[in-house]
Amino acid sequence: MDLSKVFRLLNQERIVFLLTLLLFAAFSLTLNNFLSAGNLLSLVRSVAVLGILGLGMLIVVLGRGIDLSLVATMAISVAWAMQLVSQGMPVYAAMTSGLLFALGISLVTGILVAYAEIPPLFATLAMATFIYGFGRAHMITGTDVVYMPKNMGWIVELGQGHFLGLPMPILVAAGMALAVFLFLKYTKLGAFIYAIGDNLSASRIGGIPVRPMLALQYVVSGGIAFVAGIITATSVEAMNTRVVNSNMIYDVILVVVLGGVGLSGGRGNVRNVIVGTLLIGVLMNGMTIMDVEYTIQNVIKSLILLLAIVVDSIVNPRDEQTGQQGDI
Amino acid sequence: MGKTGFMKLTATALAALAIGATAVNAADDLNDPYRGPALEALQGKSIAYLPISIGFDLAQAWGGVVKTESERYGMTFTSQDPNWNTDAMAQGMTALIAERPDVIVTQNPDMQSLARLMKQATKAGIVVVQLNMQGAVQTDAFVGPDFIAMGEQAANMMLEKCGAGTDTSHKVAIVQGVLTGGVSYYQVQGMMKVFNEHPEIEIVSSQAADWDASKARAITETALQQHPDMCGVIDVWDGQGIGTGAAIKQAGKQGEVFFITSGGGAQSMCNGLEDGTYSAVINYNAPGMGRDAWTAIMVALQNGQGAGAIKTQIYSPTRVMTKDDVQAGTCWDPEQYAKILR
Repeated sequence: MDLSKVFRLLNQERIVFLLTLLLFAAFSLTLNNFLSAGNLLSLVRSVAVLGILGLGMLIVVLGRGIDLSLVATMAISVAWAMQLVSQGMPVYAAMTSGLLFALGISLVTGILVAYAEIPPLFATLAMATFIYGFGRAHMITGTDVVYMPKNMGWIVELGQGHFLGLPMPILVAAGMALAVFLFLKYTKLGAFIYAIGDNLSASRIGGIPVRPMLALQYVVSGGIAFVAGIITATSVEAMNTRVVNSNMIYDVILVVVLGGVGLSGGRGNVRNVIVGTLLIGVLMNGMTIMDVEYTIQNVIKSLILLLAIVVDSIVNPRDEQTGQQGDI
Repeated sequence: MGKTGFMKLTATALAALAIGATAVNAADDLNDPYRGPALEALQGKSIAYLPISIGFDLAQAWGGVVKTESERYGMTFTSQDPNWNTDAMAQGMTALIAERPDVIVTQNPDMQSLARLMKQATKAGIVVVQLNMQGAVQTDAFVGPDFIAMGEQAANMMLEKCGAGTDTSHKVAIVQGVLTGGVSYYQVQGMMKVFNEHPEIEIVSSQAADWDASKARAITETALQQHPDMCGVIDVWDGQGIGTGAAIKQAGKQGEVFFITSGGGAQSMCNGLEDGTYSAVINYNAPGMGRDAWTAIMVALQNGQGAGAIKTQIYSPTRVMTKDDVQAGTCWDPEQYAKILR
């Protein structure tokens, strides 16, 4: 069999998927209890929030953008909503306020990108700092960790409950993945996003309302960030706004890029995000079981990313088209 | 002069004498000769507060107490918030040295970052009080728990529940903060000192959760999956431990797994004890640390020896608490101190 033909079959998604299977097999053979149902559930559960954020990032990246404000939106909107509840606001009103804040602030981001034409990298970087700074200064008045009030009602189940034996965060993530998949594949708006990411000028000439569509992408990702935040907060009974300072946003980009979504836009789908998320999940779970030090975990994680990118650039060399579009 | 005239004079003289005597007595009563110099040593002095972040409960309590007291004695109090950014903190410290406040109250992010700057500050005649974690240089005062001893204490508490004499698996997990941070590092050092002398204890997991409750939750969930017979878990900070406790609860092991953590005693700590998230905590009482810091400032400004002449380690008293110790008002409300600092 011709080796180059094998190579052609290997895109980054398949490489990463193979890598995931290899790691999975290796861990199954070497680690006790790795294959137990309980561990597999906790494996998926531990990356559910990352996966949900990855879906938000996917929608933006497909339109040739990037959203570095996802984690800030998630942390501040949910922390604020929980603080409103502890200050006596009814749960539904508080949650609606949090969601509206997330949607509103991402609309501002979207307008900056779509109408003011600020490059997404800078617009969202600035907005991330703004959201965190404004939130900490004017919205979250106590400590930077907002603890979950006791009277949150059924919403707590989103983070802690089970349905048919499956933890709710996994089900929420799966539901979101399905919704985003259907949105991208079967709606006109989804097709527009691909078109814009592929060729913005052609889309505009073709009659697609490019600017509103760009703004919409950020609003959708802001809404997804709010859901991810609710899952985080109800799982650990607190929202730590300090997470904005962590490298979580890079982990989100990592699962998206790792899965094979092109940062140059127009290429990728929900499956890519799932594959990327699973690899990180398997890797982190295995290393936690092996009791690998945290700093070493980060090194291994980044080496895997580099490996995937190097293999991808060998089997899929850059052509004129990708060169012209340019990556970030 | 008639008889009445003489009597009048005598009466007046007696009255005057009595009034005069009272006045003299009053002066004796009210004039505390030590108060004046003390007030003078404090009056008009400036305190600059530079913790690693003003957004978390401990720093809010320390700063809140010091600010309230300093304003009582006519001192100025300014604060900066580097928001967990070590570089911003070092810049802030450099700027402060140029501004020359009389006192800098700071909190080291690690051993080295501020060491050189604190030396410079002392040389410039600024009193430096270090909170919670000591840098590689000793200044006028260090105020904070003896974290190594606290780690030993937590480990000894764990020995009682999971040690040789108990009918348990003797399996213990440790959830660290960040590996390089002294608060976490020294506690774990203290724990390991004890556990190394007790080979029956099996440390099945010792991972850093980066001060993040979500990571702590994921790590503990996996550790509990691997070792369903886990006996106990120690987390080095209650703010992160809320995630560790959530994992124990969600695994249905609340009450079975003994969970020890430590913190400054904010309301969230009492809530966690009450709902069973924490089995026991070591409380180092952050407002008490604020008081210790204020005491250190008063001592340094009044002793007249100059900055850095007298160096003291002020280790914070700690108190072990369980659910039974929680009453209304046992813990403090961070928002109250956050308001003072705002």
